[in-house]
Amino acid sequence: MKFSLRNTIVMGAAVTGLLAGGVAAAQEQYIGLPSYRVGPFGSNGASLFGGWIDYMQMINERDGGVNGVKLTWEECETEYNNARGVECYERQKNRGATGNSAFQPLSTGIAYSVLDRVAQDKIPMVTIGYGRTDAADGRVFPWVFPMITTYWSQASAIINYIGSKEGGNDKLRGKKIALLYHDSAYGKESHAVLQRLAERYGYQLTMIPVASPGNEQQAQWLQIRQLRPDYTILWGWGVMNPTALRTAARTGYPREKIVGVWWSGSEEDTIPAGDAAKGYVAAGFNPAGTGFPVIQAIQEHVYASNRGNMEDRSRVGSVLYNRGVVHGIIYVEAIRTAQEKFGKGKPLTGEQMRWGFENLRIDDARLSALGATGFMPQLNITCADHEGAGVVKFQQWDGAKWNVVSDWVSGDRQLVRGMIEESAAAYAAEKGITPRDCSKEM
Amino acid sequence: MTFFFEVLIGGLLSGVLYALVALGFVLIFKASGVFNFAQGAMVFFAALTFVGFTEVLPGWTGMEPGSGGVFWLSFALALMSMVVLGIATEKVVLRPLVNQPPITLFMATIGLTFFIEGLVQAIWGNTARGLSLGISDEPVMWMLDEFDMMISKFDLIAAGIALVLFVVLALLFQYTRVGRALRAVADDHQAALSVGIPLKHIWAIVWGVAGFVALIAGLIWGARNGVQFALTFTALKALPVLILGGFTSVPGAIIGGLIIGASEKLAEIYLGPFVGGGIESWFPYILAMLFLLVRPEGLFGEKHIDRV
Amino acid sequence: MLYREAGQFKASYQEDSQIFPIRQDRVGFIALLAFFFLIVPMVASQYWLQAILTPVLIFSLAALGLNILTGYAGQLSLGSAAFMAVGAFATYNFMLRIDGMPFLMAILLGGLSAAAVGILFGLPSLRIKGFYLAVATLAAQFFIVWVLVKFPWFSNYSSSGVITAQEINILGYAFNTPESKYLLTLLVVTVLALAAKNMVRSTTGRKWMAVRDMDVAAEVIGIRLMRTKLQAFAVSSFYCGVAGALYAYTYLGTVEPEGFNLTLSFQILFMIIIGGVGSILGSFLGAAFIVLLPVFLNIVLHSFVGAALPPGFGSNLELMIFGGLIIFFLIVEPHGMARLWQIGKEKLRLWPFPH
Repeated sequence: MKFSLRNTIVMGAAVTGLLAGGVAAAQEQYIGLPSYRVGPFGSNGASLFGGWIDYMQMINERDGGVNGVKLTWEECETEYNNARGVECYERQKNRGATGNSAFQPLSTGIAYSVLDRVAQDKIPMVTIGYGRTDAADGRVFPWVFPMITTYWSQASAIINYIGSKEGGNDKLRGKKIALLYHDSAYGKESHAVLQRLAERYGYQLTMIPVASPGNEQQAQWLQIRQLRPDYTILWGWGVMNPTALRTAARTGYPREKIVGVWWSGSEEDTIPAGDAAKGYVAAGFNPAGTGFPVIQAIQEHVYASNRGNMEDRSRVGSVLYNRGVVHGIIYVEAIRTAQEKFGKGKPLTGEQMRWGFENLRIDDARLSALGATGFMPQLNITCADHEGAGVVKFQQWDGAKWNVVSDWVSGDRQLVRGMIEESAAAYAAEKGITPRDCSKEM
Repeated sequence: MTFFFEVLIGGLLSGVLYALVALGFVLIFKASGVFNFAQGAMVFFAALTFVGFTEVLPGWTGMEPGSGGVFWLSFALALMSMVVLGIATEKVVLRPLVNQPPITLFMATIGLTFFIEGLVQAIWGNTARGLSLGISDEPVMWMLDEFDMMISKFDLIAAGIALVLFVVLALLFQYTRVGRALRAVADDHQAALSVGIPLKHIWAIVWGVAGFVALIAGLIWGARNGVQFALTFTALKALPVLILGGFTSVPGAIIGGLIIGASEKLAEIYLGPFVGGGIESWFPYILAMLFLLVRPEGLFGEKHIDRV
Repeated sequence: MLYREAGQFKASYQEDSQIFPIRQDRVGFIALLAFFFLIVPMVASQYWLQAILTPVLIFSLAALGLNILTGYAGQLSLGSAAFMAVGAFATYNFMLRIDGMPFLMAILLGGLSAAAVGILFGLPSLRIKGFYLAVATLAAQFFIVWVLVKFPWFSNYSSSGVITAQEINILGYAFNTPESKYLLTLLVVTVLALAAKNMVRSTTGRKWMAVRDMDVAAEVIGIRLMRTKLQAFAVSSFYCGVAGALYAYTYLGTVEPEGFNLTLSFQILFMIIIGGVGSILGSFLGAAFIVLLPVFLNIVLHSFVGAALPPGFGSNLELMIFGGLIIFFLIVEPHGMARLWQIGKEKLRLWPFPH
């Protein structure tokens, strides 16, 4: 134990030295990035954080930051591991001039692990497209922002999409829908919504779990073949997705009938599956492609001078890369919004950032000014609603790239919102939280 | 009934592919008593190196991308890398640890796992890639027509390749000088050494062969699921095969693979629904464990006699 | 010169059998405890308390549990994380379902539940040995996590399968600051570590070691194998279970079953190998090393040379150095850091006149 003590002191001195030597100049907005570039999901993390960093780089190069405040960021490798994520959170908490102003770990596990801490430390947590769904009720979770779309909205939107393919939700009666899901908390998120909708529309729902990591699915797909469902919803993550598509091909199930969720619908999922992915449809809250002006701007201001973050430039414009750009846009717009209130040209604290997120409105005019028309949905965050959009677009893989095949599809907002409030209220009761009164917030 | 056989045959074919990964473990354990946890990482290393070469070779040599030349040259280069990796492992990691308890060796191979994972991704990047062996991934048509049975052509061919590999290795062990030396070493290090078999040499060869097996496994599994980090998890599929078949037996690995592959699929389909499904993660382990309670040394493992 | 036992005579059996027979060790240990109990909470920053010291203590406890099983009783296990999960989820359910359940009691019951599960999965050890047993313990690893995911009762039907730890309240005092959580963890870990230190010196521990060194011989001299092995499994799982409960209550606050995965089990195994198999001290050293090393590498590689490296390369380099250092350590000192400490002590005894 004495050795550990000495060790601790030596390490402590080293780390303190490091912390002091870091970036801490004024007029810089510090953003801690708990990224992951190794481990089973490393390729997903590399694309998403790459896009995000590139966007911030572009804002710095083109606009000189936000109202003159440069963005600085620092990555911290979490390896998708909860304990490492917590360490990153704690390490980055007080860095920069005003501390870490927002936290986004891109991992549901890490998001849960810091859920209590963010409220204590007054740092908003943004979980775009993952994390705790009922946190969309901002009255109970003032510090958490599961933005754009939650899993429940997505599940409902997928049913609506399938309904529209069949010619109306009333045609769903008697149809067979299979849900192939990652056998974990993440995969089970959709169950309640899909079951309720099944009662309403009268489709027959079969839920088939795939044990993690999902690199062997022969049994599941033979079951699906036996069942012959009209549609199969693929709710996977990582290696489970390409394996599902390959096995579907092997058992002769048409890929056009597989509808994936947004964590199943990226190049990281279809390219490893090769030809087997052709025709596969997946949801997403951002389309792929380099044609958007915002991506062009990144190419021009960042990659032209060789300062891009992506190892493999061909992945610029991929689904996950663009999703990273969406993260960047939301952050930068929230900073802009907050600066309007708390003073332009000054770095923001976590509390001020939270205000910025809560009052974030990105309408069509703003989207087109950003060069992101059709790149992400309009966003309207309020005190009560931290989700803000609740819509997805569907894309189809043609063997080489994703093509958008639908407009923004909304889920059943009323149903989902009701479930969110129900679940949030239960959480509030369990934890003894008194929900905020949103009419008193400004 | 057709469905039952469909599941059974699908399972058996998967089982052969598990056995392929397990074979790498067996070879090394037999010859040097090391439980090489890094076998999964080696599979990943091999597949990614192969794919990496197929990507860069057309640029270097001007060959047509996707042509046979690129394929075989990449194969040769990947094989060379595997042999170098295997021999380097033996020399740098295991030689200094000779005579340490097995658990220390085991831990060293876990350290090696991290090292290999970092190394190969540092060289070739972190992106997930596809790998095509030119085998079309569709059901065998006449089986479908005749029996309404869905048997994957890819799995059939892959299992064929694996079986050929098993036979070739068996022949090598049986009839060549090196093979005899290998078996002698596996039997008794001391005795082999005293009759003049160069132990270090043999170990290097074994690691090289294990690298070759990893390459074949990597190509097949990579073509099945894509080349990405998750390839290292194939090792987890091989572990129950190992305890069932015994750490030291090549036929055991094959039979074990067949049993595990078939039973886990049948269990998932016929047992899974009663308990909520997803039992594939643990079923093979429980099965292997129950089996061990009856026969502690595995199917074909060597019987141990304890003396005080 | 300073560290010498000359002149310290033992006049009673009690003195002869105390935990730290040398006075300097006793003084050092008390000073160490005083340092960690009194000084650290005052001077350490939140980061150190929450992100480094608390997890190191918790992992030390888990490593201690595994060390009892692997280091002392010689049974290799790859399922420690699953027993941590049992402890965490059992504690949660005891707190949830029994009104007015005192927290320490719940932890104790959580540990005991883990011990019961440990005995169940320890049964195969009566027939299976070595690596066969290690792989068989993977059954526990996967099965337990599966059960916790599959049956929503364990997570009180939460839609995402996670549990949120209730507030810790002991005798009316709420443990909600980093300092108080750290102190609570430290207290539990200290008590259990001292208990373990005593246990391994007692008949129980000596039986374990006899079984480890040669089970047939142990049986011959009249040690009941079944009882001894299962005892080791129970005690080990108890320690892991308590560590898991602390992991949920004083460290993360919200945990999911998948968090207790195979990687975590391997990490705990690493801790005892690097720290020292069959050493209480080694569990602490190993836990500190395995928790701190990646953090240290990450800071160095990302903050200093990060800008110069291509993105992603730093993370890969981190893995390579981590793996390389483990191999290096095993080659240089296969008996772990505890052995280095012992060598240091021997040297200190003779210093400054080694001849």
